[in-house]
Amino acid sequence: MLEVSNLACTRGDHRLFSGLNFTLNLGQIMQVQGANGSGKTSLLRTLCGFVAPDEGVIAWRGENIHELDEEYFAELLYLGHLNAIKDELSALENLRISAGLSGVELNEKAAIAALRRMGLRGREMLPTKVLSQGQRRRVALARLLVGDAKLWILDEPLTALDVGAVALIQELIAEHLARQGMVIFTTHQPLQVAGTEMRSLLLS
Amino acid sequence: MKRSSMLDLLVLVIRRDLVLAMRRRADVLTTLIFFVMVVSLFPLGVGPEIAMLRKMAAGVLWVAALLSSMLSLGRLFSADYLDGTLEQMMLAPQSLSLLVLGKMAAHWMVSGLPLVLLAPVLGLQFDMSAQALGVLIVGLLLGTPILSMIGAIGAALTLGLRGGGVLLSLLVLPLYIPMLIFGTGAVEAISSGLSIASHLSLLGALLVLALVFTPWVTAQALRISME
Repeated sequence: MLEVSNLACTRGDHRLFSGLNFTLNLGQIMQVQGANGSGKTSLLRTLCGFVAPDEGVIAWRGENIHELDEEYFAELLYLGHLNAIKDELSALENLRISAGLSGVELNEKAAIAALRRMGLRGREMLPTKVLSQGQRRRVALARLLVGDAKLWILDEPLTALDVGAVALIQELIAEHLARQGMVIFTTHQPLQVAGTEMRSLLLS
Repeated sequence: MKRSSMLDLLVLVIRRDLVLAMRRRADVLTTLIFFVMVVSLFPLGVGPEIAMLRKMAAGVLWVAALLSSMLSLGRLFSADYLDGTLEQMMLAPQSLSLLVLGKMAAHWMVSGLPLVLLAPVLGLQFDMSAQALGVLIVGLLLGTPILSMIGAIGAALTLGLRGGGVLLSLLVLPLYIPMLIFGTGAVEAISSGLSIASHLSLLGALLVLALVFTPWVTAQALRISME
């Protein structure tokens, strides 16, 4: 499904990685590992198509992602360091808008159900500026529940989350893999997903 | 779960930006108050000579409109850029140009349309005739959306730069000149009894041209800024 061949990425004058090859198939999960500054985020952003690779090709279903564009984006869910939520909007509005931007029209009931599963019961209508860092992250992560994207690209999904939320994310990832989804993620915290083999890619 | 169409997404972006503007009302009001202040300062400074005021009315109103519509450009993309929403917009399953068009439309509704509505009231300070006011409003209606659209290109190009605000005005103001010339030209024409058709149709043509090209150019500029 996702095939990366001979990928190279440069930041400024610094070559982060080169000659990177891997294939990710349905139901597989891959952790990108490496020290700070080794290019994990750059790799994920390249896979999303924000940055054109210096060398190499990223192919989705056999076609270059830079030619697929919107077709690829429709199957992709990216969660970066930034939560992409607005302080002025409530958790509910934020979730419905971010689902809308990813092409899914979400009714209020489904959105509330998703927020409750993320442990935000009673906080649905509050403006997100009064929520804590971890709760905002939960609002952002609620997108995992509402889309039908095949490929999840998660950059440090566990930052600011407590133990309960980490367990919940592990559960969500396991469900996604069981539905033949694919996940690429980075994290510095241990993350165990039951029932699947975790592949890892070490950047150095 | 329903997949949304192009129109749904356009409406979503416009609605979202309008809701955000309503929750940050201070930002919207500063632009409007700036417009009112600048326009009102001229009669005070120049003095009460009616002939002179009438002559410069269109120019003053248009220049004030250019400046105040530029004031809010810096915020057009920067908030979305800083909190990561722009990344998500780039990953939307519809073209980025469409979302950009939505943002331009919302920007115009918040910072262009109110100027058009205020202009007739302010025009009275300059003793403009009803006819001239009418032409001024039509000109502003055609011209202010172009200001938002061209401004969006500048805002996208200067995204994430330090001191981008000054650079933005240097980039964008020269491009505003045609709208200023045709907009004030139309009012001058009607005051001296000439036809206004050529001026207004040129403004209309510029509007169509801007509608076709600026969303795409802005989207490309945003992609470059995001790299």
